[in-house]
Amino acid sequence: MSEFATTNHYGTETDTRENISRRRTAGTIWRYVFYLSTSIAVMALVILILNIISGAFGYVAVKNTIEPETLSERGAPLTELSSEELIAILEANVSTGLLRRLNFEEPLAERSLDDLVELVRIRVVNPQIEETWNLFPSIFNRREIDEWMNTKAEPGTRLEFRVWLTARFIVSPQNPDPQFAGVRTAILGSLWMILITIVFAFPLGVGAAIYLEEYARDTFVNRIIRVNIYNLSGVPSIIYGLLGLAFFVRIMGPITSGAVFGASATTDPTGRTVLSAGLTLGLLILPIIIISSQEAIRAVPQSLRESSYGLGGTKWQTIWHHVIPASFDRILTGAILAVSRATGDTATLILTGAATVIFIDPRSLFTQFTALPIQIYQWSARPQGAFRNVAAAAIIVLLVLLLTMNAFAIIMRDRIRKRRLM
Amino acid sequence: MDSKTDTSEEFAGDSTEAGGSQDALKRAMAASTSATAAAPEDTDGGPVAVEIADLNFFYGDFHAVTDVSLRFRTNEVTALIGPSGCGKSTVLRTINRMNDLIPGTRADGRVLFNGKNVYDDDVDPVEIRRRIGMVFQKPNPFPKSIYDNITWGARINGYKGDYDELVENSLRRAALWDEVKDKLRQNALRLSGGQQQRLCIARTIAVEPEIILMDEPASALDPISTSKIEDLIFELKERFTIIIVTHNMQQAGRISDKTAFFMVNDKRSGYLVEWGKTRELFFNPKDERTEAYISGRFG
Repeated sequence: MSEFATTNHYGTETDTRENISRRRTAGTIWRYVFYLSTSIAVMALVILILNIISGAFGYVAVKNTIEPETLSERGAPLTELSSEELIAILEANVSTGLLRRLNFEEPLAERSLDDLVELVRIRVVNPQIEETWNLFPSIFNRREIDEWMNTKAEPGTRLEFRVWLTARFIVSPQNPDPQFAGVRTAILGSLWMILITIVFAFPLGVGAAIYLEEYARDTFVNRIIRVNIYNLSGVPSIIYGLLGLAFFVRIMGPITSGAVFGASATTDPTGRTVLSAGLTLGLLILPIIIISSQEAIRAVPQSLRESSYGLGGTKWQTIWHHVIPASFDRILTGAILAVSRATGDTATLILTGAATVIFIDPRSLFTQFTALPIQIYQWSARPQGAFRNVAAAAIIVLLVLLLTMNAFAIIMRDRIRKRRLM
Repeated sequence: MDSKTDTSEEFAGDSTEAGGSQDALKRAMAASTSATAAAPEDTDGGPVAVEIADLNFFYGDFHAVTDVSLRFRTNEVTALIGPSGCGKSTVLRTINRMNDLIPGTRADGRVLFNGKNVYDDDVDPVEIRRRIGMVFQKPNPFPKSIYDNITWGARINGYKGDYDELVENSLRRAALWDEVKDKLRQNALRLSGGQQQRLCIARTIAVEPEIILMDEPASALDPISTSKIEDLIFELKERFTIIIVTHNMQQAGRISDKTAFFMVNDKRSGYLVEWGKTRELFFNPKDERTEAYISGRFG
């Protein structure tokens, strides 16, 4: 006791203070390191978003093939013309083949005025984009744009500020002309595909997780299965795409194309359908759902299971009444992340044969389809600069779609959680 | 500290492999006879509800409990006491086969419940757990409403009566009714720890078991909640046979009719030292290890 009191192994009071301030300094340095890493991450995100936004707006130099004022004898703008005048313009300026097709889709005489104006604008006035600029050059580099207009522009070229992401862009189908292209088919294709993916992968993944966590014994075989599921979750999606191509598209072709169910008119006999793609994406996210569900189930305290068994609950009652409700919010969290990954996945779709140029909405499981990531990929690879602006607008649509889906799922999850704890 | 080292050396003889000398062997035999010899004087009291005979328990290769033989009588409170790791909780959990939930465990010997070994092949552990209820160390109500906590067990076990009545009766018997009668639809997790534990007791008695096992039911609670639980146990024994594991010696003294004292040998395996009427075990222990433990000299 006395020895402890007299010998001091920690030095003087000054030594103690120095020691503390040294430790504090180390802490401060680390704090800045963490702050810096957060800042870099946030900065990367901001740059990404600004880059996309920049692409979706900006000046375009447009030159009409035929000036609209020259079309009517009165020299009036298109919007002031009557249906009859517009139809006359169409009949005078487009080929008979196209006229027949347009009349087949919907007779011109029965079309609305807006529809006719739009047709004349696309088919007759037919504006051509000479050059496009993104939002930031449009704002900060006006001089260069003016210089281009003065030196390189052909006569009749106008400078217009264009918003690429419009309501029309969202509801129009794909079009070979970037000015009239839209993402409607792609949005619908993506939604169909994701629905199939969820219906396929969610019950299967949660079921497998319940089996592995609650029923499977700790045997050698089961351990191998577990390790392999972990490995599968890291396999690149292109490999799943190859699997989907070989299995769902080729081998299962008669089923995934709907041939055995008698669906043939609008479908693709090879099985390159929305069903094949949805199932392949389901396989892609299955390991992720299994792992996250396993972790959710493992997080349920053993004491909850014991209280169920202690009252004479069977294994199934314990799982169904207690384990699943207690872990469901976490299971959903994992599923949300997995579905987001599937929504944005491109490589799988390229291989399972999502079409790039498609004008018809998907109507059944067995239709050919396109999806947003595919559309973005395809547009960004086009030589015309305007398609890159279209791609940027499509990226915004994809991001908003993802955010909406996630928000919906998170709200649902929080409701479940709240109901459980109230 | 010193007394602990002394006693453990003394008990080194309990392992028959230790040294192999005659002396050690003799002491080992003395120790093992003293452990079982303490049993026979239990002749009074009601009919035997549960009898444990030659129970050995293993977690994988680890021999956790060695040769335990014990009887529990109807409408009595039996306390299992002893130092940490002496296997008293393990013994408790063999009675309703709760240990089945831990993979790699094995129980040898017999646990006779109404004369039938619960470890026989034709016995369904679900039926055993329905008839032998359990209250755990940490209050573990379901994350549901108070009402649903009571009715869940009844519902799965095919209760045919009125649920409102069941909830009220169970909560009254658990001395919780007055505190929660206005908030039966509230989530049980919002109750205090002591209330949660009484809810767990109410939930257990709602399925009308014959025996209630309690694994340190008050160890996570404050003194006031503890005393409420103790009062409750005292009342519950009118209807139920109660077996309770406790670390609290005073608690065992206050609430139990019989006490069993467990120790751990040098292979970390638990064994029964002595058991009998609580009063006799506390005031007139036959084994000096019991006396040492009760008087607080070790453990």
